Amino acid sequence: MAKGYHRPAALTPARTHYCPGCGHGIAHRLVAEVIDERGCRERTIGIAPVGCAVIAYDYLDIDMTEAAHGRTPAVATAVKRCNPDKLVFSYQGDGDLAAIGAGEMLHAANRGENFTIIFINNAVYGMTSGQMAPTTLVNMKTATTPLGRNPATEGCPIRVCELLATLGRTVFLARGTLTTPRNVRETKKLIHRAFDVQERGLGFSMVEILSPCPTYWRLRPDEAMKFIETDMVKAFPPGIIKDTSAEVQ
Amino acid sequence: MPKIRVLEKYCKGCGLCVPACPKKILYLPEEVDRRGVHVVKVHAEIPCTACLNCTTMCPDAALEVDE
Repeated sequence: MAKGYHRPAALTPARTHYCPGCGHGIAHRLVAEVIDERGCRERTIGIAPVGCAVIAYDYLDIDMTEAAHGRTPAVATAVKRCNPDKLVFSYQGDGDLAAIGAGEMLHAANRGENFTIIFINNAVYGMTSGQMAPTTLVNMKTATTPLGRNPATEGCPIRVCELLATLGRTVFLARGTLTTPRNVRETKKLIHRAFDVQERGLGFSMVEILSPCPTYWRLRPDEAMKFIETDMVKAFPPGIIKDTSAEVQ
Repeated sequence: MPKIRVLEKYCKGCGLCVPACPKKILYLPEEVDRRGVHVVKVHAEIPCTACLNCTTMCPDAALEVDE
């Protein structure tokens, strides 16, 4: 293979519909790079969500299917149980995973289903034009919280990794960011580790990625990255939240 | 010497690659293309070290580096 860097084979030649500076593009690229490096493109099945990433199947050159809004982990459960030799992952945003799909996510994790969730947390609903998400920060202004999220009336951001860490059958839960080249590389390693857990048949794994939404944060792409580093990591500390892979084997 | 190639069709001019480059090789020009995008440009005279920071930050996989 030639040195340097070239577009991953697992990315289609399509131009994405994402806004300039959107974290989905980096996350898609990381997933594609990881699939290429593992040489598993022919046996990987992805499940696309509803949300900004709804047509991820047009961008990732692997077998993919679509699920009803929030039901992505339920579909992933079926796909993995029917095809235990395949690498199965669902790719979900915060609305799909933590709001309408909270039940599916929670119970798939509680059953310890052997697939991986790539969770894009950008603290806002991007596709429907910037309403509050379950992960919106306290005091953060959105279309539906114009005065900022008030915990007394709208609650506090849900930390999905910490929530799932209390369940006995979850194996690998980690959170990464995309703010600097170093952090992007760290996040890619987390995706590799999550896929390792799945390939070893150990059980449920999830990588949460703190991702910028410059358009609905009303910030420039570089300012959005800074916002993650200054504000978002306080509510969602990056790192490995739970890893019991050494114990469950 | 490593060479950065901008795949102009993919670039959306977000500028995340610009501060990622330790050598300040990349910049956003004043002019826009016919989509209205400030497609990132390369200072060809500055040598690239192939650190791949720019390709790591690009959300659109619009940068390639040949070594």
